[in-house]
Amino acid sequence: MITVDLGYERTVLYFGGFVSGGSLMEYFLQQLINGITLGSIYGLIAIGYTMVYGIIGMINFAHGDIFMVSSFIALIVITALGLTVSTGLGLTILALILVLVTSMVIASVFGWTTERLAYRPLRGSFRLAPLITAIGISIVLQNYIQITQGARVKPLQPLIENGYTLMTRADGFTVQLSNMQILIITVTIILMTIFSLIIAKTSLGRAQRACEQDRKMASLLGINVDRTISMTFVMGAALAAVAGLMFLLYYGVIDFFIGFVAGVKAFTAAVLGGIGSLPGAMLGGLVIGLIETFWSAYFSIEYKDVAAFSMLAIVLIFLPQGLLGKPEVEKV
Amino acid sequence: MTHTVNDPVLTVEHLNMRFGGLLAVDDLSFDVDRRDITALIGPNGAGKTTVFNCITGFYKPTEGRITARHEDVASFLLERMDDFKIPKIAKVARTFQNIRLFGGMTVLENLMVGQHNPLMIASNYTFGGIFGLSGYKRAEKEAVELAKYWMEQTGLTARADDAAGDLPYGDQRKLEIARAMCTKPKLLCLDEPAAGLNPRESEELNKLLLFIRKERDTGVLLIEHDMNVVMGISDHIIVLDYGKKIADGTPEEIRNDPSVIAAYLGVADEEVEEVEHEIEEGASS
Repeated sequence: MITVDLGYERTVLYFGGFVSGGSLMEYFLQQLINGITLGSIYGLIAIGYTMVYGIIGMINFAHGDIFMVSSFIALIVITALGLTVSTGLGLTILALILVLVTSMVIASVFGWTTERLAYRPLRGSFRLAPLITAIGISIVLQNYIQITQGARVKPLQPLIENGYTLMTRADGFTVQLSNMQILIITVTIILMTIFSLIIAKTSLGRAQRACEQDRKMASLLGINVDRTISMTFVMGAALAAVAGLMFLLYYGVIDFFIGFVAGVKAFTAAVLGGIGSLPGAMLGGLVIGLIETFWSAYFSIEYKDVAAFSMLAIVLIFLPQGLLGKPEVEKV
Repeated sequence: MTHTVNDPVLTVEHLNMRFGGLLAVDDLSFDVDRRDITALIGPNGAGKTTVFNCITGFYKPTEGRITARHEDVASFLLERMDDFKIPKIAKVARTFQNIRLFGGMTVLENLMVGQHNPLMIASNYTFGGIFGLSGYKRAEKEAVELAKYWMEQTGLTARADDAAGDLPYGDQRKLEIARAMCTKPKLLCLDEPAAGLNPRESEELNKLLLFIRKERDTGVLLIEHDMNVVMGISDHIIVLDYGKKIADGTPEEIRNDPSVIAAYLGVADEEVEEVEHEIEEGASS
């Protein structure tokens, strides 16, 4: 069956039948694995929010839809390549790298274009103006996909199956680590490391951090601020494309509206971790993913979003700057 | 007699800057020689910083022409350039009255940001850098060398890995100059570099500026209130009052110019002689 609800159901079904097993260590471990997987996807999207906020102080509401567009690009490329589950593992991985690179490049073009068309002309305008155009871009992208790809959910047969059974309990409950989950977590770790290194070590990263602190001064040192901002959008979109592919492979169904829910969650993750902080976005993504998963597993799936957003409210009451954010310093 | 400029690195012609009804800079023309330390002085509100802002692209002048010239006869009309191209192509760098370092970044990183453009080209806009191409590694090494050179000249070597925001005030000032020098400028514009420095630090600053003029082939244009610095190291002084140039010459000439004394003491022109007389009396007693 195809689950229309894009929440957590499918994964739960995957391990279905065992859920009633109880609340012991094995069950906890299984949920931990699921939570980290989901958190990785949120973290990848959250980085795009946090980087853009860091450099121009704007929430890019269209970012979730870039993620949605990229998952459609991935689906199209996968279909064009004719990938199925019977394709050998080696070939599948090679093809998925191709899919990943293609959707990263095309998503980057989307990211660059939205910045160029919708945000740059409004730079220096009042603060809310680019925020409103961001919402506009979000609607445009959703409708664009809805018209060109149809409003119905698009399924993708699982490409990567099997996995490892880590533990088996006496009553038959097994702790599974699927190949898909290994793939998602590994790719996330690799890409986050690469992007953190770019920010920390390269001249582009230094320019981004310089623009974040003092755009005018950066430009007086010969840095092309507009180009640096464009590159930030490109990097954020590329990471969203990674998340898009992972989401597609993991859940197997996408539609034109997934960008909204995932975007709101990732934005929450970015705020929770401390907006503007890169490690914060990763941590925030993990925390949101884990809360959702554990809430679904131990309490109720219906209220998992309530749990995640309540957590955000509680953290922000006691730590307004988020988990890893710097306290706001008034600039003179 | 006025100070003659033989080899101008910067020529300002008929510069006007108007803010609504206020004429902040009024038909100002002057030259800055490549081998000089030129000081721009004047009472508060005379329009000195406005001139700097026009030179470095913060403001687009209402009227006038600002030309930067390199030794190889290349010249650049600064008022028509995008602001980031002024340091990148015309090679004019500046510092601010209030320090504008990247406080969260280390001293070394601040100096590396100043070398952004050569590094971006060497790294093929980051893509080559990611794949570790040798050209990028060499460029990065050279950039670190240049940063180390300026840390040595400013005595900041030991603090290379400290956050710039944690440095004491005097060191922050020096770091700002070092960072500006890392862009390899032909003209260095300093807005009150000695503000807030104690006498010893201000002495070190003088030495640094003389070193820059002598060794680095860089013209220096500075705004300064500290007369110790101005008279001690400048070769050429331009005095502004209410946006107009009222004097232009060597320190010796400026020191004795009655209109300058009047502008600083705020007296009417007819009282100038009286004031001059008083000063001379004060000096002789």
